[in-house]
Amino acid sequence: MGILNFFSTPVPKLTVKLPSGSFTVDGRGRVLASTLPHSFPEPLMMEISSAVLAIFKDAKESGLPLLEIIARYGGLKIVGRELRGGAIIFLKPKGLQAYNS
Amino acid sequence: MPTRQKILLLDDEQDLLDLYRDLLLELPSRPEVHTSNSGARAIALLESEPFSMLISDLRMPKMDGLQVLAIVRRKFPQIRIVVMTAVVDEQYRSRAYAMGVDLFWEKPRTNEEMNLFRDCIESLLGRQDDGGFRGIQSKSLVDLIQLECLSHSSSVLKMTKPGESGSIWVANGEVIDAATINLVGEAAFKEILSWKNGTFEILPAEPKRVRTIFTSYQGLLLDFAQAFDEKKGNEASVQSAACDTTFLTRSPLAALSRVDGVEFVMTVPAKEDAACDSWGLENAGPLAAWTRQTQKRLRELGEKLQTGDLKQIEGLGLQRHVGIASRGDTQLCVGFRRTMTADQLHETLKNISTKWAS
Repeated sequence: MGILNFFSTPVPKLTVKLPSGSFTVDGRGRVLASTLPHSFPEPLMMEISSAVLAIFKDAKESGLPLLEIIARYGGLKIVGRELRGGAIIFLKPKGLQAYNS
Repeated sequence: MPTRQKILLLDDEQDLLDLYRDLLLELPSRPEVHTSNSGARAIALLESEPFSMLISDLRMPKMDGLQVLAIVRRKFPQIRIVVMTAVVDEQYRSRAYAMGVDLFWEKPRTNEEMNLFRDCIESLLGRQDDGGFRGIQSKSLVDLIQLECLSHSSSVLKMTKPGESGSIWVANGEVIDAATINLVGEAAFKEILSWKNGTFEILPAEPKRVRTIFTSYQGLLLDFAQAFDEKKGNEASVQSAACDTTFLTRSPLAALSRVDGVEFVMTVPAKEDAACDSWGLENAGPLAAWTRQTQKRLRELGEKLQTGDLKQIEGLGLQRHVGIASRGDTQLCVGFRRTMTADQLHETLKNISTKWAS
């Protein structure tokens, strides 16, 4: 078997597994509910929610109130929907990095 | 194939814009209807493509209707202007008419008023085809010169259109001189006669004007008629192509704005002190700051999550939607009509972004 391993292409090791699911946060960014796997660290959820909430807040102050923001990355789509001061945030991975719990 | 007339609707209330847009789209002449909810965007639209008619509200925040009318009348004298307002005030009406509006309407409330309004707009659009000079709509310039000459008048006929002005001097029923910005004499006379519309004034005679044209007015008009007939065959296509090129070259962003559903376009350099270039926006500063900040926040988030490059940002709002794409250190921020769906917004932003990059 060792000789087969020698000829096979090495698969790059993924450092972050991007989950699929959603979570809800209040106006302060505290997580209220989540369908994401437990393995997804809460500080990362907080990072995402604080960015989304700040974008909504700044948009309103710039005279462009938004109900939804969609960020499209190479490997992930983040959708944030405004929810009475808080937000519901959907994570939708694409391609190899995606996994479903 | 006859070209469709273009109408620009200006009102700060989006619901009314949608309502009147649908109403005007059903006119028998099937005009193209564009909408704007701010004066700055309306002027940017008028600068980027030719319109036949502007229908404007009077009371609007920031730049009000009368300010817009003053600018439009000066910069685009050939456009028919219709004022449609809920302000029932005689002072407003007389000010608007003094500015040269073609029609002043109280916003229609009943079906009958709606029908009447539609008929009036259709009739005004019909008159647009005939050309003519403001104030003497049913007369061509040839008619005007004949009238002046037959009545043995002495006067100066001054014509103005965007970027051009010209005068014809008539003394005792004879055309004695003509001048435009670049031409004088008979060449200027022929040039002025080829203008189809604009604003028109009769000024007092200038008895000391030196005569440079010695051909009789009948001879001049006959020469012009012959030259006009020769050109008439291919005039429409040449004029249309020239018009499109002129309007498109005014602003590189204007070309992007021609995509259906686009309300404004802005390029935002990453450096905060660098100037933004915008089209159709009244106050670009706060939105430019939001664009920079949003891009920065989401890029940093992407790096932490290791999600790959940030391709596009799309925002859906109550008043309008917005999309951000980037190329190098510069962001492109585009405003879209709120009636677009999320999928339409995504695809349109992708197309605009590709055009911008190329």
